[in-house]
Amino acid sequence: MPTKNTVDALLPVGALIGALLLFGLFVWVGGVSPVETWVLLFKGAFGDWYSWQNTLTRAAPLMLTALCVALPARAGLVIIGGEGAVVLGGLAAAAVPYVMPLPGNVIGTVLVCIAGFALGALWIALAGALRQYRGVNETISSLLLAYTAIAIFKQLVEGPMRDPATLNKPSTRTLEEAIRIGGIAGSDVHWGFIVGVVACLALGLWLALTARGFSVRVVGGNPRTAQLVGLPASALILLACALGGGCAGLAGAIEVAAVHTNANASLIAGYGYAGILVSFIARHNPIAVIPVAILFGGFGAAGSLLQRRLGLPDASVQVLQGIAFVLILASEALRGVDWKAAGERFRRSMMPREVPLNSTVKPT
Amino acid sequence: MNDILLPFTAAIVGGALRVGVPFLFVSLGECLTEKAGRINLGLEGVLVLSAMAAFGGSYLSGSPWIGVLVGSATGAALALLHGLLCSLPRVNDVATGIALMLLGTGLAFYLGKPLIQPQATQLPPLALGAWSDSPMLQAALQLNPLLPVGLLLAVLMYTGFARTRWGLLVRLAGDSASATKALGYSVNGIRIAATAAGGAIAGLGGASLTLFYPGSWNEGISSGQGLIAVALVIFARWSPLRCVGAALLFGGAGAIGPALQSIGISAGYNLFAAVPYVLTLVILVISCRPGKVAEGSPGELSSAR
Repeated sequence: MPTKNTVDALLPVGALIGALLLFGLFVWVGGVSPVETWVLLFKGAFGDWYSWQNTLTRAAPLMLTALCVALPARAGLVIIGGEGAVVLGGLAAAAVPYVMPLPGNVIGTVLVCIAGFALGALWIALAGALRQYRGVNETISSLLLAYTAIAIFKQLVEGPMRDPATLNKPSTRTLEEAIRIGGIAGSDVHWGFIVGVVACLALGLWLALTARGFSVRVVGGNPRTAQLVGLPASALILLACALGGGCAGLAGAIEVAAVHTNANASLIAGYGYAGILVSFIARHNPIAVIPVAILFGGFGAAGSLLQRRLGLPDASVQVLQGIAFVLILASEALRGVDWKAAGERFRRSMMPREVPLNSTVKPT
Repeated sequence: MNDILLPFTAAIVGGALRVGVPFLFVSLGECLTEKAGRINLGLEGVLVLSAMAAFGGSYLSGSPWIGVLVGSATGAALALLHGLLCSLPRVNDVATGIALMLLGTGLAFYLGKPLIQPQATQLPPLALGAWSDSPMLQAALQLNPLLPVGLLLAVLMYTGFARTRWGLLVRLAGDSASATKALGYSVNGIRIAATAAGGAIAGLGGASLTLFYPGSWNEGISSGQGLIAVALVIFARWSPLRCVGAALLFGGAGAIGPALQSIGISAGYNLFAAVPYVLTLVILVISCRPGKVAEGSPGELSSAR
């Protein structure tokens, strides 16, 4: 008999397997072999070194944007506007060379990343502050702030910060070669992946082991207790929001410095929204974010293979992610169910009634 | 002066009437859902999927009105899924909304891939500008035939909430789950029905996107109107009648940029697109107080607490 805890731990895995099965059924209805789809999904994500590089590159921003949901969530806030922090982080990173000369070495890279982190932190902390000091719901305000951020981004990239040389696709000036973030040991996977892993580990340990991290969890878990023991709730909530937003801003800065080399509309790619998915599946645990982000990076990487080999639309990965998210949320309903008692009830309901079958009850 | 003012006003009014219609339907749908005590962030998915379904329905049947029905039914189906999922214990309605947004848009792009090229039969416009001999006014007053439907719906919802047994039940479920239970009604049942009906209304908004303006199906058909429905409803303080004003205001604000461009001013084009969002945020900041729910909001709403 499996214990309650192992069943609970296996729930997301079961939901993911269910999602893969449903997705297979979905493509099968469209006349595509589900087995071939599953094989290609695996090959495209984790089949060879080329796929792995693609997967890990996509996982890097996902880890950081997931932290933008996970940390505020641990402090009791549902922030869904990470996309705004991503684009502003990227914008800040691209803006640094406009305002000051940068040393053409790793210090320049660090400065660019700090700028991204700072603006992202400020943006999400603003949503936290509005909630703490004005009572504005943070879910709604972070969403509104995200749309505002995208408008600011477009305005500046297409206006004052536009590099006149970019005709068809408005972009900012390209970062110098020396400032950009390169691949790890000659591979295509850039150092942003390591930054993401380190951020997840560090913040996971911070939440689990330090007094400050524990206080954040108390504020999120039971605000009344936090008030009773005199924790500075507002400061802790702002800290969690700023750290999370900073990570999302860092994701934007890294995407600019490692992938796009300048800020342009390709940065608005929905990493902020995908991070919500990753964080919820990881149950807002920063360390669990790492494998989940790699898995979803893998799905993203496999998308183009599905498109090329099977002629599936490029949105098929989005369908798979949607099914997975729905099933994983629905599986929450099974968490903590006493399976032994449920099995007993089921067994009893299957047993024949005590009433003799051949006795007929006459209506009175 | 008249040479500038007339085209500018015509562009704003025309834009408000054209762009405002999908806003109107999603806000009415969200209003109904929230009145019953649920929040549906997945209306973005509902909007995009129903836009695709309406276009497909019109393309395959040749009748745009069948398309409208298909769109509305599809919206109801996806919203029903949201309603059912949220009724499970320990399932977060905000997260479910994001999941359905992802699923709805994914399904729409997947199934709608073959619909990007063809042209479906469009809804016939109501030419209210026929009295004027200015072609600009005539163009601006080519009304969406779904607009009167939306206005009627707003009035019906308003009187329905105020006067009918059904409206009272929806408000009851939204304001106090325990009172609903005490009176012997199923809270979940009412909320599921309200969510599905809200999806059907939002589906009309999707239909007006692909069958009237912009009038084609592509992957960028919605610019987040579904997500912003939540903000619109707060802006309208949960009143269906005020939803009309809010939707037209948001539509008009979105039209400022293009209208300015039409008279030769292109500075700040993108910033004007953000006006509705900033406006909502400012109103929230002014009207909210810590520890107090927003005025007019249903008491059971998770976002109001």
